[in-house]
Amino acid sequence: MGSDNNFKSGSNLEKVLRAGHFAFTGELGPPRGSSAQEVRDKAKHLIGMVDSVNITDNQTAMVRMSSWAAGLIAIQEGLEPNYQMVCRDRNRLAMQADILGASALGIRNLLCLSGDHQKFGDHPQAKGVFDIDSMQLINMVKTMRDEGKFLGGDDIEEPPKMFIGAACNPFAEPHKWRPHRLAKKVAAGVDFVQTQCIYNMERFREFVKQAVDMGLTEKCYLLAGVTPMKSVGMARYMKSKVPGMDVPNSVIDRLKAAPKGKKAAEGIKMACEQIEEFKEMEGVAGVHLMAIEWEHKVPEIAELAKVLPRPEV
Amino acid sequence: MIVGKRKPFEEIKDLIGPYKKVLNVGCGTCVAVCLVGGEKEVDVLSAEIDMARRLSKEPIDIDSITVERQCDREYLEVLDDKVEGYDALLTMACGAGVQFLAERFPETPVLPMVDTTFIGVNQGVGWYEERCRSCSSCVLGVTGGVCPVTMCAKSLYNGPCGGTNHGKCEISDDQDCAWHMIYERLEKQGRLDGIIAFTPAREHENQVPRTTIQPGYKKPESEQ
Repeated sequence: MGSDNNFKSGSNLEKVLRAGHFAFTGELGPPRGSSAQEVRDKAKHLIGMVDSVNITDNQTAMVRMSSWAAGLIAIQEGLEPNYQMVCRDRNRLAMQADILGASALGIRNLLCLSGDHQKFGDHPQAKGVFDIDSMQLINMVKTMRDEGKFLGGDDIEEPPKMFIGAACNPFAEPHKWRPHRLAKKVAAGVDFVQTQCIYNMERFREFVKQAVDMGLTEKCYLLAGVTPMKSVGMARYMKSKVPGMDVPNSVIDRLKAAPKGKKAAEGIKMACEQIEEFKEMEGVAGVHLMAIEWEHKVPEIAELAKVLPRPEV
Repeated sequence: MIVGKRKPFEEIKDLIGPYKKVLNVGCGTCVAVCLVGGEKEVDVLSAEIDMARRLSKEPIDIDSITVERQCDREYLEVLDDKVEGYDALLTMACGAGVQFLAERFPETPVLPMVDTTFIGVNQGVGWYEERCRSCSSCVLGVTGGVCPVTMCAKSLYNGPCGGTNHGKCEISDDQDCAWHMIYERLEKQGRLDGIIAFTPAREHENQVPRTTIQPGYKKPESEQ
């Protein structure tokens, strides 16, 4: 299997990317309760539509079903999870333990994130751990996988197999620092990155060109983040309230111009136009679709974006 | 300096509880400079306590004294012949001073009147801001004199995170993003190299009580 072909983890996502296919990944937020059915219900919309699905980890600092557990339910449903892990809630011991456990249970992708500050969530007075940061987490997983060593230096009997991912924000200021941030993640050992939701295409094109020129897209796969706008209100909120988000006025204007009742359709149309451009863009290896609480729309979006059927690898 | 703020008066009253004769001990160093626990603040608090207890018909006998530094044996010595007869000692020192006082007079209850808040700087009269978490392994030399441990809300060594927002931190528009500041300063100085490189996971040294013995010194025999 994986190791025979010299795969790092042998995940479906890794195989799709290695085979040169344009990857398409999705997202699934675990429930704020213990219902496996709720995970299954969300998962069923995504089966056959995506190569791998990000399972968020206490997203927006709200307690939810653990990412690895929801990831296992996804596996039972025939979906490949991309296990998100934030640095906010665990120290290096707990992280390494969960990575071993996840690998033992068949999880093969790990997305390394800092995590939203606990201040935003349902336990604002919690102690944020941040024992290591996302860059150090990337490096820790790589060391575990490739050198068979824990962060503390001891040997691991059977190293975990993980395809290592991270987030990438092309839009935060200062802009000229952004490719260097990506370079640092590459140096730390990342295999793929998924970007922040892209709305400012001009800025994104510029960023990708810099990444290509620096040789970064040869060392890691870059998946462009897409979130279709559902409404003018959502676009305004993303522009003004979500840190690190860059929503040009032209996006809002186009949604405004769409007829009443057709705003969401226009948002999906805009997303599909973006995806068409990403398919042709040098340095972009796929798309990460973040259809927030809109999982049931993914089949329609995938169809319209002409990314179906997903490759069998 | 070490900065503190006075505890809420209700908490102070609860702490003093049933004691009828107390000595309120101020500290003349950091907490005096940050206007929370020096001679003047000691007098004010003692008067408030006296007044409150009289009003509640539970009068208290309260005396006040301020020593130069409560974190230094040399200055605690002056209290040796003064504490007898008191039910409790109140202290307006930082947490270190409170503990050193309690250590010196283990038979007597020692009660803090101040919450120690941080190691910080004086931005203006009565206005202080945190600048150091005493992590034991200073990286300010490579981060342009801006501390990522203290000034970044996530204490990231390889920041910024995705929450950096036009130079501000995701937690508040009033909070500058530490890594944005680090970048700006190092860029001006032409030394971004230090933060282009990956910083490995830190060995956190502030997880156990720490001791420092300067070169050329040692603990006295009796202390070993």
